[in-house]
Amino acid sequence: METAISAEGLRKRYAEHEVLRGIDLAVGAGEVLGLLGPNGAGKTTIVRILATLLPPDAGKVTVAGYDLAREPKEIRRRIGLTGQYAAVDAVLTGRENLRLIGVLLGLGKRKARARADELLEQFDLADAADRPSRSYSGGMRRRLDLAASLVATPSVLFLDEPTTGLDVTSRQLLWQMVRQQVDSGVSVLLTTQYLEEADQLADRLVVLDKGTLIAEGTPEELKRKVGGERLEVSVATAAELPAVVKAVADASADPPRWTRRPVASPSRWSAAWTPSPRSRPS
Amino acid sequence: MSSDTFTHSRALIGRHLRHLTRTPQQLMSITLMPVVFVLVFGYLFGSAIDVPGGQKYQEYIMAGIFIQVVMSNLGLTALGVVGDLDNGLMDRFRSLPISRAAVLIGRTTNDLILVAWSFVLMSGIGFLIGWRVHNDFLSVLGGFGLLLLLGLATSWLGALLGLALRSAEAVNAIGAIIVMPMSFLSNAFIPLDGLPGWMQSVAEWNPVSAVVLACRKLFGNAGGSTGDSFPMQHPIPMALVLTVALLALVVPLTVRAYEKAASKK
Repeated sequence: METAISAEGLRKRYAEHEVLRGIDLAVGAGEVLGLLGPNGAGKTTIVRILATLLPPDAGKVTVAGYDLAREPKEIRRRIGLTGQYAAVDAVLTGRENLRLIGVLLGLGKRKARARADELLEQFDLADAADRPSRSYSGGMRRRLDLAASLVATPSVLFLDEPTTGLDVTSRQLLWQMVRQQVDSGVSVLLTTQYLEEADQLADRLVVLDKGTLIAEGTPEELKRKVGGERLEVSVATAAELPAVVKAVADASADPPRWTRRPVASPSRWSAAWTPSPRSRPS
Repeated sequence: MSSDTFTHSRALIGRHLRHLTRTPQQLMSITLMPVVFVLVFGYLFGSAIDVPGGQKYQEYIMAGIFIQVVMSNLGLTALGVVGDLDNGLMDRFRSLPISRAAVLIGRTTNDLILVAWSFVLMSGIGFLIGWRVHNDFLSVLGGFGLLLLLGLATSWLGALLGLALRSAEAVNAIGAIIVMPMSFLSNAFIPLDGLPGWMQSVAEWNPVSAVVLACRKLFGNAGGSTGDSFPMQHPIPMALVLTVALLALVVPLTVRAYEKAASKK
């Protein structure tokens, strides 16, 4: 299997609202593709379609080598899904949650037990294994959720905003655990609102806005394209602008382009500089 | 049902029963509610109402009280389904390679076990306030069987409602609109011959009426005046037929709704 996920011409519409307007994307085997975009861009819809939860209106999709329209059950055998909120049973303990998934996956009681123990150890939950998961911290619950999506040892993993709402430490711990999965050869589709998260985990990024892909590349390439440096100086009166512009120009090795515009109060003006194309590092 | 579906359903029933033992309020509601039903309807009302034919009201009313628990099963299942949709568990289950029906079979079977538990308690309290059965063991068992079958149907209807409405508030509102007429536009508490003509026909063809009358017959309790419509003349076969028809209608619709289920976000 060379391509873990491939989607062509994916479309989805809810009543009047077109959520996806023709999405093409591909995730190679062992690759981590980051899907970056603001709330409402359509990230979760893409994940739900690829994870067999939602039928697309149009488009051809294969996941783990199987056609989405024809063999969704084969796909379900090979994917793991970690949603935006931790989908674990709050009343059951961590151990019971993982065992339940194991039995549902047809591992049989004994194997389900062994797999649960293994995952609890791996995700640093062994001490909390016999407490109801509602008593877990946010980070622990996400880890349990991730563990639950890995019971079947999937080859393709969907992570839908896996660390939204977590503190820095829990976030880094979760990233580390995702990396372990990637190292063992799992292909990942990761959605996130955080450039930092995409940067940390993804080999390649696509940027989604209002249901269309607007950029694609490695994190480095994208940062160069969209994330230029910018300096903005506000002055009290328009008359002071030329002096400020001159001072900045004198201070920089390469004369930058600048624009002037009024800010909130009409008597204040600001000058904003962005590096001129020549002066970009390449 | 394939053996996989059986294994999966059983595992999910285990999940629900664990909930029951760990959430005391849930255990309370399925234990105390039926007891209160029997005491209020059977004891309190019973001292104020006379049954035509001279039998004790307690004997007449018990089948009607059992039906209340059967009908309230609709809300129990619906709210459970909404809970699973809300916390994302339904998405997890739907992303697993398990049969489409397993999750629903697990929940409805569990809820039916709870109904059976309520029946045991209610029978005990009923006995204390003077309810007696006057028929052989198998007939009595048959009566409870019919009640449970209807309970299964209301449970699947509840699952359908939960999947379609996806919110606890909507379930409570719409659920009441379904449950109230079904249980009160029936012979559960009142003889039907006092109703206006068209309403009497509706009530007589209500599956609830057939089940209630069938139970009264099978328990050997007074049926009251029954009317001469077909379901009231043949309550036992009609209870079976109407309930099975309801199941045959609702189960496929519910499985379809489950396939399409999406959490409300």
